[in-house]
Amino acid sequence: MDIHCIVNSNRYKNCSDWRRFGPNTMADDREVLRELWDGRLPIKFNLAADEVASMEHPEPCYLLVPRQSYFPLVADKVQRYFLKYTANSQGEEMWLEYEGQPLKWHYPIGVLFDLHASSTMLPWSLVVHFQKFPEDELLHCPGKDAVESHFMSSVKEADTLKHRGQVINGMQKKDHKQLWMGLQNDKFDQFWAINRRLMEHGEENCFKHLPFRLYQADKPCIQRLFRPITEEGEQRLLGDLVREVAPQVFNTEVEDTSGSWKVVIQGVEPPMETPVQWLSEHFSYPDNFLHICLVNSR
Amino acid sequence: MAETEKTELASPASGDVGSFPQTADQKKKIDVLLKGAGDAPIMKKKKWAVDPTKKVSWIIEFIRKYIKCEPHESLFLYVNQSFAPSPDQEMQNLYECFGSDGKLILHYCKTQAWG
Repeated sequence: MDIHCIVNSNRYKNCSDWRRFGPNTMADDREVLRELWDGRLPIKFNLAADEVASMEHPEPCYLLVPRQSYFPLVADKVQRYFLKYTANSQGEEMWLEYEGQPLKWHYPIGVLFDLHASSTMLPWSLVVHFQKFPEDELLHCPGKDAVESHFMSSVKEADTLKHRGQVINGMQKKDHKQLWMGLQNDKFDQFWAINRRLMEHGEENCFKHLPFRLYQADKPCIQRLFRPITEEGEQRLLGDLVREVAPQVFNTEVEDTSGSWKVVIQGVEPPMETPVQWLSEHFSYPDNFLHICLVNSR
Repeated sequence: MAETEKTELASPASGDVGSFPQTADQKKKIDVLLKGAGDAPIMKKKKWAVDPTKKVSWIIEFIRKYIKCEPHESLFLYVNQSFAPSPDQEMQNLYECFGSDGKLILHYCKTQAWG
């Protein structure tokens, strides 16, 4: 289990008063942002056994990677290290697999872990491939430019939902670049100097809609329009969202032999009473989406 | 992808007969309006009914074939004339979040138009 998760999950147990006080009364919430940003995952990379072309199997390689980042931004070293042990001289695209599951490079690393491996032992053990690219399951990643354009598109999409795109479109090109460089170089202050503008909200004290995606292993992700407040102006909670988008989590009538569900965001299981507006402002990934993983806790 | 005609939308697939209304509803096709921008050739037929489980990459391939895009040419697709949806995004998600008046409007072009 990720250490940061434990720290975080303990801290936010007592938040039943949030609905009453609203999200802006907690003074030190910036610390939450910092702590999530600093979340790291230890990963062990092994070259796929059937792709080893050298006499001996290479030693695994280990990296401590930021949860908020993307694999193509952190795995250069892994690629360089293993390439010399493969028969691959053409520099074919590297891809990663966890227990038979190819990993999507365009999901933040933390999302991939929460979705596929949240109950695994650390270090997270991944298999490195250079052959048999799973065309049906993964997108190609021609380089870091592709990650940047994917990231910026997500930020724009999120702002379209939050502010009809007015904040992101009102920014200059250099601001966009600063967001990206902040993420790529793991610079919290650089990133948040710009990102705080994307987290501002108008008179209603909330976003127009909540940028979120809900994931389940082996199922397509779900994205819906969701208002952070009710028509009466009351905060809507994480439980409201999950009930609306994934009612099976609360469905106790159907005999469920597969166990119960865990709702995991940023490695944490936030209480169902947490207002979604607060979550959006504090638990979103740098792409400004709240990535919610439904994990079957068998 | 089927052309948007009343007959197409009104006739359920044979497998749907007798299923729950909810299931039938989920399989209902989505109206998509495809608009060329910049130097991209326009499509004679713009309005299409699309299976909600189809992905953005499938739509891009469809447009490429329809406007006879050469393999070396790029094709960009945009929602709300602002962002490029992820190729593995499902059409239903885009429709639910960004559709209006019962349809989803997508712009395509051969050069990057909106960021």
